[in-house]
Amino acid sequence: MIEIAGVTRSYGAFKALDDTSLSIREGEFFSLLGPSGCGKTTLLRMIAGFDTPTSGSIAIDGQPMDGIAANRRPTNMVFQSYAIFPHLNVAQNVAYGLKRLRLDAGEEKRRVEEALAQVSLSGLGSRGATELSGGQRQRVALARALVMRPKVLLLDEPLSALDKKLREQMQVELRRLQQAVGITFVLVTHDQYEALAMSDRIAVMFGGRIAQVAAPKEIYQRPVNRQVADFLGGMNFVKAEIVEESGASIIVETHGFGRVKTDKPQAFVRNGKAATLGIRPERLRVLWDDATSSHQVTGKVVDRHYFGEITHLIVEVPGLEKPLSVSETNNFGADDIPVGAAIRLAYDPDALVAMAD
Amino acid sequence: MTAVRRLLTNWLPVYAALYIGFLYLPILLLPVFSFNTSAIPKFPLTGLTLKWYESLPNTPALLDAAWNSLVVGVAASIVSTMLGICAARAMTRYRFAGQRAVSGLIMAPLVLPEIIVAVSLLLVLLQLGLSLSLFTVVLGHVLICVPYSVTVLISGFEGFDRSLEEASADLGETAFGTFRRVTLPMVAPAIISSLLVSFTISLDEFIMAFFLTGTDPTLPVYIWGQLRFAAKLPGVLALGTLLLVGSFILLTFAEIMRRRATRRTQNAGGAFV
Repeated sequence: MIEIAGVTRSYGAFKALDDTSLSIREGEFFSLLGPSGCGKTTLLRMIAGFDTPTSGSIAIDGQPMDGIAANRRPTNMVFQSYAIFPHLNVAQNVAYGLKRLRLDAGEEKRRVEEALAQVSLSGLGSRGATELSGGQRQRVALARALVMRPKVLLLDEPLSALDKKLREQMQVELRRLQQAVGITFVLVTHDQYEALAMSDRIAVMFGGRIAQVAAPKEIYQRPVNRQVADFLGGMNFVKAEIVEESGASIIVETHGFGRVKTDKPQAFVRNGKAATLGIRPERLRVLWDDATSSHQVTGKVVDRHYFGEITHLIVEVPGLEKPLSVSETNNFGADDIPVGAAIRLAYDPDALVAMAD
Repeated sequence: MTAVRRLLTNWLPVYAALYIGFLYLPILLLPVFSFNTSAIPKFPLTGLTLKWYESLPNTPALLDAAWNSLVVGVAASIVSTMLGICAARAMTRYRFAGQRAVSGLIMAPLVLPEIIVAVSLLLVLLQLGLSLSLFTVVLGHVLICVPYSVTVLISGFEGFDRSLEEASADLGETAFGTFRRVTLPMVAPAIISSLLVSFTISLDEFIMAFFLTGTDPTLPVYIWGQLRFAAKLPGVLALGTLLLVGSFILLTFAEIMRRRATRRTQNAGGAFV
């Protein structure tokens, strides 16, 4: 649907986007995820036509977009500030783009009402733009874009201005809306939970380059490097040494976890013998009483942090240079484990991921 | 300390009242005497009349002066508003080297001694070989009006969210269509406000007009000329009253427009208002 081929955007010596290629499929919910300044918004604005690549090309639905201005592209955008026209009411905002299509009055009204219904704003058409709450403004911005029936809907951090509860509710609604209308959504966000919760696929970006493109689960569980792993949530990193490398798998030797065989991640580039083994804190499980596991490590609790439904235990394991962070739900009494206690942790070898750096 | 404070709380309102009285009472005398039957402006008042107002339309020189003022005011307000739009847009939208210096220089005519500026302008215009006319008055008035225009327009343009124009383009609108359907309606109140403020200032301005006009006087210049004849004084008072009321109405309307513009652009930005 969207083909981005070798796109670079330079501002003087600074490259906001550096030789980026990406293919976004028809009908998918695609997220560009990364910290501020990673180039995700630049890329989105170039798809919309507000910015021009210094080199490289962008094609939408098979049509090259070089020299095509924003107002002639089959894309519509939901802006971070929503950009609701303050001098127009809700219905006039939604009908803004339709005016150019010169539909007859009944058809225009029908499409406006349909779009308002899609975002649960039926009946608010005559409300003034300045009398809306943050969540309503966001819905108007959505309806105004969807009513144009674009091939691609672009969303620039659409939820960042909402409070936490509303944000979570809108995540679900956006996902539902995308499945209902079936058009390609491209979302820019710096919030990893947002990207994980809504997307079919995610591109993680750092410093103007794409580090990894994959489905949420793959990105979370099989990050290609420590930077991606870190950005998507906490992860324990353990120094490892590569023993054997074959086509699909890799064997590493570590202190603490011993000799581990894992899937070789795509784009694994070997850098000498040193590697890193990663495991997410929630993939380590406390072994109670005399329960045992064929894969376990032993350590001592040195600190703990209580978070209501979960407790973070900081566990020192002999042989590891850094203590392990363990995230355990509180339904078995993890919040009662005292600092200083000796505990055993079980893990699933499939939860271990080898990284080249 | 408390003694000083008590003194202040008791006497500050009195001082404020005296101050405001000193500012506005003389101006109020103008309409009072303009309705008085006696040709000499002094108390006690002798009786109520509208004859001074009735005589105004029968003075051809006065009508000519009023027409001159109207022409100069309209021209000066349009030119200064157009220049103001460019300056205000540049200052609110872009960051450039020397921005503070430029903005200071634009505002400078507000505090420069007007008579010096008028004399300098006169010298320059004569050096350029231009003969004095209403056109040269317009030039002088534009110089005086631009700082006011820029101030009013900046407050209207500030906070104008650029993504509004992008949203319009994104929805298929052309650059001209975007200007007509988004930019213009958003800043129109500020533009109207700027036109009214500049027109009012031009209408009342004397020094520039006095130095730069040729044989065609504007209203203030005409009034100044009439003051030499005692018998003409009541007519001048009546004319002054009309100017006063007109200016007041125009400026009030201008301020309403300016506030509306500010509210519009400020509401556009954030999600929570």
